[in-house]
Amino acid sequence: MSRHDVTPARTYWGVFAMLLALTAVTVSVAEIDLGAMNVVVALAIAVAKASLVVFFFMGLRFGARMSRVAVVTAIVAVLLLIGLSLDDVLTRTSRTYLPYDQLDGVVPGIGLDGVSPSRGE
Amino acid sequence: LREVTATAPLSPPHVAHQFDDAEQQFDASILGMWVFVVQEIMFFGAVLGAFGVYYFMYTDAFEAASNHLDLTLGAVNTAVLLASSLSMVLSVHAAQTAGRSRQILWLVVTFLLGGVFLGIKAYEYWHKFEEGLVPGPGFRFAGADAAHHELFLSFYFALTGLHALHMVVGLGIIATLIVLAWRNWFSPTYYTPVEVSGLYWHFVDLVWIFLFPLLYLLGRH
Repeated sequence: MSRHDVTPARTYWGVFAMLLALTAVTVSVAEIDLGAMNVVVALAIAVAKASLVVFFFMGLRFGARMSRVAVVTAIVAVLLLIGLSLDDVLTRTSRTYLPYDQLDGVVPGIGLDGVSPSRGE
Repeated sequence: LREVTATAPLSPPHVAHQFDDAEQQFDASILGMWVFVVQEIMFFGAVLGAFGVYYFMYTDAFEAASNHLDLTLGAVNTAVLLASSLSMVLSVHAAQTAGRSRQILWLVVTFLLGGVFLGIKAYEYWHKFEEGLVPGPGFRFAGADAAHHELFLSFYFALTGLHALHMVVGLGIIATLIVLAWRNWFSPTYYTPVEVSGLYWHFVDLVWIFLFPLLYLLGRH
């Protein structure tokens, strides 16, 4: 399909209906307690919606191949940035982060030896 | 200059000398816009990454704080923005097929929907000021772990503020397109500016697709 071929307007309306449906799904799923999976499900639905927008509305299906290279590069870069940042935070042995108002007197440095931050004298 | 524009045919489009043909020129414009969109993705990605780090550090506070936001208004705004993406793509479609009046109609619809989104956003901001939920000296929330509620709301204002700024720029672009379409600038063989502006507008929609669940939905369960 050449990039100047016209997608029927009906396709766009269909994609819009799916986007609205996915929005309704993400709102109702958010009411259910899935524990840590709530974030994962919310992000998975967001990625599905984003894919619909990118492939149909932004026409990445037809675009020159170089456009796809640019998009994939950006996604890899963002995933590296966020992934490696979270890799630090999520793998610390102590994951105790105190609210600010309880921080008074806490010895600085989060325990790398598995010991929770302790209160100093 | 006036003489040139008066005599130069607007359609078929002029192909600049560095391009083989109109098709290659079109591809180059699209690629250029994608490169811009891609750096915007990385820009918003960095802020979202910071949000992610703090979310996993202060999960309870962030989830509780997300309930300060109005879910109904957020969901309505999501639908409004998705509809504006639809009307934008229908305006490109009209430029390819139906012609000027239909194209202008869809551009105007897009502009109005963008305005509705910003109006609702402004109302939400105003409400946050009323409730004393704006980070800074006026922050009045005094529940448990108020400081991390304030941190969440700082992210809320930074992310939605940057997004709204992009919307304002987008409205300027669409207004320009309306004027150009009115002057018969576009044709089925030359509609590059509409297509390229559409990419920008859909990108703004993309950002919101991620902001809505991360800001409004995390604390609902």
